[in-house]
Amino acid sequence: MADKIATREAYGNALAELGEKYDFVVLDADLSAATKTGVFKKKYPERFFNCGIAEGNMMSVAAGLAAAGKVPFASTFAMFAAGRAFEQIRNSIGYPHLNVKIGATHAGITVGEDGATHQCNEDLALMRTIPGMTIINPADAVEAKAAVEAAINFNGPVYMRFGRFAVPVINDKPDYKFEIGKGVTLTEGKDVTIVATGLMVSMALEAAETLKAEGISARVINIHTIKPLDEELILKAAKETGAIVTAEEHSVIGGLGAAVTECVCGACPVPVTRVGVNDTYGHSGTVPALLEMYGLTPANIVEKAKAAIALKK
Amino acid sequence: MEQTKKCALAAKAAQIRLDILEEVHAAKSGHPGGSLSIADVMTYLYFEEMNIDPAKPDWADRDRLVLSKGHTAPALYATLAERGYFDTAELPKLRKIDSFLQGHPDMKHTPGVDMTTGSLGLGISAACGMALAAKIDGKNYRTYTIVGDGESEEGQVWEACMFAAHYKLDNLCVIIDWNGLQIDGKITEVMNPTPHDKKLEAFGFNVVVADAHNFDELEAAFANAKSCKGKPTAIIVKSVKGKGVSFMENQASWHGTAPNDEQYAQAVAEIKATM
Repeated sequence: MADKIATREAYGNALAELGEKYDFVVLDADLSAATKTGVFKKKYPERFFNCGIAEGNMMSVAAGLAAAGKVPFASTFAMFAAGRAFEQIRNSIGYPHLNVKIGATHAGITVGEDGATHQCNEDLALMRTIPGMTIINPADAVEAKAAVEAAINFNGPVYMRFGRFAVPVINDKPDYKFEIGKGVTLTEGKDVTIVATGLMVSMALEAAETLKAEGISARVINIHTIKPLDEELILKAAKETGAIVTAEEHSVIGGLGAAVTECVCGACPVPVTRVGVNDTYGHSGTVPALLEMYGLTPANIVEKAKAAIALKK
Repeated sequence: MEQTKKCALAAKAAQIRLDILEEVHAAKSGHPGGSLSIADVMTYLYFEEMNIDPAKPDWADRDRLVLSKGHTAPALYATLAERGYFDTAELPKLRKIDSFLQGHPDMKHTPGVDMTTGSLGLGISAACGMALAAKIDGKNYRTYTIVGDGESEEGQVWEACMFAAHYKLDNLCVIIDWNGLQIDGKITEVMNPTPHDKKLEAFGFNVVVADAHNFDELEAAFANAKSCKGKPTAIIVKSVKGKGVSFMENQASWHGTAPNDEQYAQAVAEIKATM
């Protein structure tokens, strides 16, 4: 876990690297330095199209490009992709199921100092409501790159969520494999399952260590694909461990916690507790201070894991 | 334009008007006013202007039409059926549960529909994407999009116009259907988006104004658009909402209302009298 790199950084690097192997184009809305699509632009200026500060137009342009056979990546901050351009994504891209890849960066509370207007804790919830949308929230740089390549090879709309903040690389094993829709069991356990996504995955591993020291055996599952959810893996964990805690850098409403709850309640009801942003707006501050303030730490996962276990019948 | 060709186009347009009326009458809902206002433009596009092959609706090099004012789907469906994309017998099934003719255009299920539209302002952007794709791929197909004058109150229309001029999309032709009415009344009274010509010029367009119901003027306007290089063209077509049916003409109330049996009979009789 030595290296730390932001998934947005990995996204830009992946575009630039994969640009040689695959024929795609990249759109951005005046944020190419921040979204890191600028790395691609530098290498392939003729395949990069700045749309200016007009995100709604960008999403519908991307739909038109896809309708004409191109594979467009459309990038901006999560707030302005899933938020401002929700309806364009729903009607121009989702409804006709066009082959557009949305690279949404600066998702979640870890935007940091820019504060609440730019901290999108609602994008997973919004995108989940769109039928046929595939949603990927990579845990680290390795997974981010793998997600970009998988998205290129997948025919249909994909929403990819990347972060601004540098996070530890955890998927550094040589046998690492990424498959859309397949969760990854990182540690086995029998008392509780921590289902985590994005930057909370590395924290989930830390939390599992803490629990282990206290004699609690926690399974850790990385759900990089929020939709379609790996229901088989979730239900197996529900059956075998009898309690779940979810962890996401997103509102507790509508995201991973909701998806997992919806999954288990109809098929294998077990207690589910949720770590996430509790139905509130963000705030300016440093990332560590914000993670502390909003309850997104390994300690919070430990606490909620114990709460889930206590609810077991 | 030769008289025989003009007569043939007029006859086709009249048939498309009959089809539109049949569709909305059978559906008991839909948008006849704006469909009738673009009937002649649709006829000219699909029977004269566009490089298309109804036998190959997905042909990669075809010209494309994005009906940004998607609520006038009855006009698009009538034109596509008359052009041979699907059987005209499908038309009376508009908006029905077992039909592929949705209330607004659905590219995935209707042969010949190039883009899913209906939510105003989105179609013109998608048309920009198609025109940009042609530029990227070095292809010479053209993209046409029809935007309602009321629709131009949507901010995204102007984002798209900025984009089209910025990327010099001279393979894009934006048709503004200037019938002067929207659901709540006159566009100048609801939320005045005029003057379209000066605004579009300021946004970097080659602007042409034509009578939406005059094939000679449409021919000249589309020829002008094709010959203009380095910038997109906007053809502002001055149209009559409800054109061809006396009691529907220039009446905002016929924007989204279907005729009853009596009104339908009268409308059909009026159109047939011109044929």
